[in-house]
Amino acid sequence: MAKKAHIETTINGEQVEYLCEPRQSLLEVLRDVLEMTGTKEGCNDGNCGACTVVMDGRIVNSCLVLGAEAEGANLETIEGVATPDSLHPLQQSFLQNAALQCGICTPGFILASKALLEMEPDPGEERVRHWLAGNLCRCTGYDKIVKAVLEAADVLEVKG
Amino acid sequence: MATTTEVSSTEFNVVGTRPIRHDGTEKVTGRARYSADIQLPGLLHGRVLRSPHAHARILSIDTSKALDLPGVKAVVTSADFAKPSGRVSDLTEGAIHNMGFMANNVMAGEKALYKGHAVAAVAATSPHIAEEALGLIDIQYEVLPPVLTLDVAMKDDAPVLHERLASLANPGLRPGGLKDDDDTGEATNIANHFVFESGDIEQGFKEADVVVEREFDTASVHQGYIEPHAATAVWNADGNITIWCSSQGQFAMRDQTARLVGVPVSKIKVIPMEIGGGFGGKTIVYLEPVAAALAKKSGQPVKVTMSRTDVFQGTGPTSGTHIRVKMGANKEGKITAVDATLAYESGAFPGSPAIPGSLCMLSAYEVENARVEGYDVVVNKPKAAAYRAPGSPASAFAAESVIDEVAGKLGFDPVDFRMLNGAREGTRRINGVRLPRIGYMELLQAAKDHPHYSAPLEGPNRGRGFATGFWGNGTGPASAVASVNSDGSVSLVEGSPDIGGNRVALAMQVAEVLGIAAEDVKPAIGDTDSVGFTSNTGGSGATFKSGWACYEAAHDIKRQMIERAAKIWEASPEDVSYTDGVLTHNSDPELKLTFRQLAARLNATGGPISGRGNVNPRGQGPATAGCIVDVEVDPDTGKVEILRFTTLQDIGKAIHPSYVEGQMQGGAVQGIGWALNEEYVYNDRGEMSNSSFLDYRMPTSLDLPMIDTVMVEVPNPGHPFGMKGVGEVAIVPPMPAIANAIHNAIGVRMTSLPMSPGNILEAIWSQQEDGKA
Ligand code: FES
Ligand code: FES
Repeated sequence: MAKKAHIETTINGEQVEYLCEPRQSLLEVLRDVLEMTGTKEGCNDGNCGACTVVMDGRIVNSCLVLGAEAEGANLETIEGVATPDSLHPLQQSFLQNAALQCGICTPGFILASKALLEMEPDPGEERVRHWLAGNLCRCTGYDKIVKAVLEAADVLEVKG
Repeated sequence: MATTTEVSSTEFNVVGTRPIRHDGTEKVTGRARYSADIQLPGLLHGRVLRSPHAHARILSIDTSKALDLPGVKAVVTSADFAKPSGRVSDLTEGAIHNMGFMANNVMAGEKALYKGHAVAAVAATSPHIAEEALGLIDIQYEVLPPVLTLDVAMKDDAPVLHERLASLANPGLRPGGLKDDDDTGEATNIANHFVFESGDIEQGFKEADVVVEREFDTASVHQGYIEPHAATAVWNADGNITIWCSSQGQFAMRDQTARLVGVPVSKIKVIPMEIGGGFGGKTIVYLEPVAAALAKKSGQPVKVTMSRTDVFQGTGPTSGTHIRVKMGANKEGKITAVDATLAYESGAFPGSPAIPGSLCMLSAYEVENARVEGYDVVVNKPKAAAYRAPGSPASAFAAESVIDEVAGKLGFDPVDFRMLNGAREGTRRINGVRLPRIGYMELLQAAKDHPHYSAPLEGPNRGRGFATGFWGNGTGPASAVASVNSDGSVSLVEGSPDIGGNRVALAMQVAEVLGIAAEDVKPAIGDTDSVGFTSNTGGSGATFKSGWACYEAAHDIKRQMIERAAKIWEASPEDVSYTDGVLTHNSDPELKLTFRQLAARLNATGGPISGRGNVNPRGQGPATAGCIVDVEVDPDTGKVEILRFTTLQDIGKAIHPSYVEGQMQGGAVQGIGWALNEEYVYNDRGEMSNSSFLDYRMPTSLDLPMIDTVMVEVPNPGHPFGMKGVGEVAIVPPMPAIANAIHNAIGVRMTSLPMSPGNILEAIWSQQEDGKA
């Protein structure tokens, strides 16, 4: 077995160090090494978006990134989206709009949508559908998810 | 835009409102724990080795090299599991499963019966070591010719999957079985062949002015839940086993695992984790007994997980089918006769949904003369599992396409034609059972009145389609316990895993009875030692049956609260009334206690109060759905775009309307995927060639418009709040509705699913050929 690498990275604003095997993906590191299981696995081959995290400002499928590649990176995961005393407007909007059924896809959708709204505060329905096409949801038919994102955009605009 | 059409309205305080779900915050923050999220000290990782052949005899298995790999702690094969008999004579009437077949499906015995069939499993200190070890297990196979299509499987000289398969003629014995030892009948792949009949079809066809007969094919599709299966087990030295898994029923997992590892149910505790989608596919065990067996052998906790490819190749799917429908109708628009034959692939073991498919096919209609013949056929594909309204989508695709054609030939509007033939209270289904009050006619009227139905649809290659569907809905035993807390809240423990918002809908039923807020009820899903037996979250049954249990538990609390108030007031319980959460002394209205006030005094006035509900309710009432869809077909590429979609459903009464809409939209979109893209693609060796989400293409947000919902509320007389199961039926009508829309757009009648670009182009070309000929 190849030697484990020592990685230093930033996750949700905290300095984190971990050891990982060269073959371990970032998703495995998050879930199995760091026990941050909010990031989900749906396919492990880049086709469902359940494992979406933000890496240096870009959304990535963490199953397609190696744990070792996170050296020096700035990562954001679902665990860092809410503050200790309040949910992010997107999270609130997902709840109010019943935009989750089983909820396994939800962390991925929230991170992907958050990245969109940070770049484009006022996307239309088409843009939201296009942006979220890499995230699969089998339960909702997307209707309520799209509405939740559009509504959160409005809330964030008023706040912002 | 969502609309509700109400037939009668009872006043409710909580039912019909839209509180935020209790488990919501955990789920949007990533804190909710699903099956694969469990971490334990000393946890080993398990992986399953799967057959590379669709049909092969297993000659030998050598696990020694795998066991020698550092880090490997245990290897199991079928030798490590119990061997329940698969004989028909050992099944009970109405049996849901044949445990012999289930044991064989979980771990192949003498034969591997599909590519992906589990043959061995490994537990190791890391998932990667477990994967490496799988490659070191040496299995000698004798490869046999695979049986991949209904045509081949049903031939007299076809290779057989099970040498001793019993060929039944009994729609009451869906799981099928093996013959008794003294039965020397021919070997076959036809596990069940049954007929439902009513009236006189010969006479009926004589009376018809138009007769249409067509044959349809549908491909296998997967439930497609985003969460792959995972199960974690600990087997203690005292023989007690704990299993963490996500499933549609912790009690089913417990009972099935107990049979497969050969222990009494009391030895197993199943802790239900949050479930990341099931749609019927998580009602049977796959990994739970494997994790238990590995845990026993290694003496450590073991978590076994599936990859997405494992999920496609080893679980689900729903049956591929071949269906023939012949329908006659007269000029007045009455259906005079139907003659249908339905063959369903059950996969490697019997038990396809051919029976419900056959029963549902005509159930939304009053058809006097009908004959429906069904076949359950084994083939070398994964064992079919339940998928949302099992069996009904395929039979509706066939029947609703033919109805559209018949109506068109007779010059009737598709909704009008259905109204002329629609089922009502008292209509007999083909098995003789009479329908209770349903809302099918109201649903048809709502479709007709919907602006979508009459909206102009302009432009070339665009068309509108309509279709409906029927589903019987299920019920079963369910349990709940509710305890009053000193702050006036109620802790509720119920037994139905929450697959899409049923937890909030159950809490709401408690709140409604007690006159408190939904937020003041704290629902939890109990493990198998914490709550009474509850059958699967399936058959659209959870909110109905567990709802009944919650309703009973709440009434039990109410009764005890009345008694307690009476005791405090030194009155008799008859002197106390309970309205909207306030207890009042009837003859002295000055004496009043709110639920909250009394809750604070329970310990001092006689002790805590808990209520319980243990039920097996009838009266769940069948469900109907319909949809209106506009499509545009690109005649050059064959691509179908959904321009507008409205789904309507006869829902009884919505407990939480947002989650009812969610079920309707989710079902509709699964139907759209089934209609347009999804299918298991096999090569001639029986290997699925598209076992990833890249190649098995489920709808994305970009493929869809908003899904408009119309909830038709005709109260179900079988439930105190008039609700009925809503989870499944919305998946039934999209396939025929889209096929009918395509016909309306380009004049081509699609008779096979999926209606993918290639299949559409082929249909266009073959129609052009026919036109030339
Ligand atoms: S798990 Fe990474 S994209 Fe599906
Ligand atoms: S809510 Fe279940 S997959 Fe999206």
